[in-house]
Amino acid sequence: MNDLTAFREEVRDWLEENCPPSMRTPMVPEEEVWGGRNAEYVNPESKLWLDRMGEKGWTAPNIPKEYGGGGLDREQTKVLHQELFRINARQPLNSFGIWMLAPCIIEFGSEEQKLEHIPKIIKGEIRWCQGYSEPGSGSDLASLSTKAEDIGDHYLVNGQKVWTSYADKADWIFALVRTGPKEPKHNGISFLLIDMATEGVSTKPITLISGKSPFCETFFDNVKAPKENLVGVENSGWTIAKKLLQHERNFISNFGLAGGGTGSGADIVNIAKKYLGEVNGQIANLTHRENITLHKMKEHAFGLTLQRSGDEGAKASAASSMFKYYGTEHNKDRYELMIAAMGNKGLGWTNEGFSDDEQAITKAWLRTKANSIEGGTSEVQLNVISRRVLDLPN
Amino acid sequence: MKLILSEEQQFLKDTAQSFARDKTPVTHFRKLRDSENAQCWDGTIWKEMVELGWSGILVPEKFGGSDFGMAGISVIMQELGKTLTPSPILSTSVLGVSSINMLGSDKQKDDYLPKIVAGELTTALAIDEGNHHDPFAIETNAIIDGDHWILNGKKVFVVDGASADIILLVARTSGKSGESNGISVFAASKDTTGLNITKISTADSRNYANIEISDLKLEQSALLGEQDLAGETLEKILDLGRIAISAEMLGNTEEAFEVTVNYLKERKQFGVQIGSFQALQHRAAKMFCEIELTKSAVIAAMHAADENSNELERLSSLAKFQAGETLHLVSNEAIQMHGGIGVTDEYDIGFYLKRARVAEQIFGTSEFHQARYADISGF
Repeated sequence: MNDLTAFREEVRDWLEENCPPSMRTPMVPEEEVWGGRNAEYVNPESKLWLDRMGEKGWTAPNIPKEYGGGGLDREQTKVLHQELFRINARQPLNSFGIWMLAPCIIEFGSEEQKLEHIPKIIKGEIRWCQGYSEPGSGSDLASLSTKAEDIGDHYLVNGQKVWTSYADKADWIFALVRTGPKEPKHNGISFLLIDMATEGVSTKPITLISGKSPFCETFFDNVKAPKENLVGVENSGWTIAKKLLQHERNFISNFGLAGGGTGSGADIVNIAKKYLGEVNGQIANLTHRENITLHKMKEHAFGLTLQRSGDEGAKASAASSMFKYYGTEHNKDRYELMIAAMGNKGLGWTNEGFSDDEQAITKAWLRTKANSIEGGTSEVQLNVISRRVLDLPN
Repeated sequence: MKLILSEEQQFLKDTAQSFARDKTPVTHFRKLRDSENAQCWDGTIWKEMVELGWSGILVPEKFGGSDFGMAGISVIMQELGKTLTPSPILSTSVLGVSSINMLGSDKQKDDYLPKIVAGELTTALAIDEGNHHDPFAIETNAIIDGDHWILNGKKVFVVDGASADIILLVARTSGKSGESNGISVFAASKDTTGLNITKISTADSRNYANIEISDLKLEQSALLGEQDLAGETLEKILDLGRIAISAEMLGNTEEAFEVTVNYLKERKQFGVQIGSFQALQHRAAKMFCEIELTKSAVIAAMHAADENSNELERLSSLAKFQAGETLHLVSNEAIQMHGGIGVTDEYDIGFYLKRARVAEQIFGTSEFHQARYADISGF
């Protein structure tokens, strides 16, 4: 028996003993776990599952053990995921901390910062949000103007962030702030960690075209941030910011696959058969069938490309721009085809005349419009591919 | 199934790349096109490919081949596609070998395969009869007459049909057009009486023929495998052909794209490189994405063939569809982005457009494979 087989058995035994029964059933949205100081657990087994997985470090399997992670290598991580998938285990923790911040602290942070922040992220004790965009800085993120003035032992932060997901629920924020007002715009930015409980921090939710959303505006009014919360060197935060965006893009690119990202999880072929009818088991309307086939074929080829990228072991790079661009455009396309297949049933807003599932698809259609804007617009991704992959001139 | 190449496959690809660069750059194709060479490929070059073992990549070891599989031959075709290298590799080493190996008796394999490996025989698979690829729409018929077969009908757009020593004829021995049952495959020598082969002249200046079959008399031993039962195997043989030509089309695409991107960096207008214009950059970036998708579809299909996956049909159709759509896009954009010189015969980029449209037709267009994919998937 080789090491990996032994590890698989160990994982299997551990999961058998520690994954509570209700955590092996499909996730329901109200039971999703994001952790944090103010987390509420509708299902107590969610908390148990989080604590057990967090204790093992398996919420972040590839982060080193000394910082609370699982300390697993690539192959072991794969085995863990396979075993979790095998028993239909729920994701124990959704976390911007794990997906985006932790890899950056590992790469750029001080030893003290790693020991202070990463274990709490992994155990789900502290919930993080991301403070990047500002009302005046969207695609041109580096023009941001939230300022952090050095006044001795701390920074004084003033300004406003926008599109801060779950700012109203998060405990801490990782933010880009301007520390060098006289430097060229990319060279005056720092990466700062701020406790949301600090006096002067406030948030306000944003309503989208699709209705309620997790997005907020976040305001900083004379907020004091201790200097030890600066990650990396002052005025060199842009490098960290770019790295973090790659992690975010990799995450968002899964949107292109059915079932990934923002959506209702509905399968387009089933929807089409239900609302357009079936003839001999086929989608009855041939034009819709053709459009949907094209879409599904592109999805198949895109899925194979994500797989190939994994098999090649490609690091997060310009390829993440391709995945972000293609995946989000594809997801938008899916919902356009979906509501088209549903006809007037795809246009419901409330439950007067429409089922819950129908409304969910209409809302998801509207929500997908933001996919190709958030995390860097499609146009910005195409610029990145042109410049960094194809080496086309500025 | 991992979507990467093994060391041996990568080695074959590197060898093919050097071969195409050194021996058959695009000037080689141009010279052939402008010559009187009726077979449209160079016998000396084919002999060198044979010496490298490329004719026997799909042939089992006991018949003298290397049995390197579809991944092996696909990466070679991809590299040959980059420089538009004409050769009988698709018609002989993929379609001929697979037909004989998958349908034929041991005796037939012994008769043909070692000769193919040695470069002594080339073949062509004659299947289509109409304006569009439709593998079971076979009206050419074969009937038993005493101890002989008598064939009548016609074949069109037969790849390498104008040069092949052996024509593999798909004929109907029972049933009616459109049915998979009742199809049989026969091997006939090109100069048999009753076989009237006419070379046709196509935009890509490659080798295709129309064949009139009138009272063609063949020995019983000309039948490959069993009577009436070739239909299902033929689909698989065609799938291998589709994957191989998809790989070649990927190579066509990669080269046309690279040449175009380089041109965007060189060409100056309004005092700047035209590649600095966002209108062109975004179109180039979108092509890059489609090419990445094509690479994935092709590599998945060739590995599926080698692993005998039950996804072979779907992946073969996906590969031919995606390769066709991408080559279509890139060959058009390549011309447009080159501007005036792109439409001159003196410049090579036009060759890729002409080859593209013909290759798109071979063994089914994107439309054909989209319909097939939808049917297999139950949409």
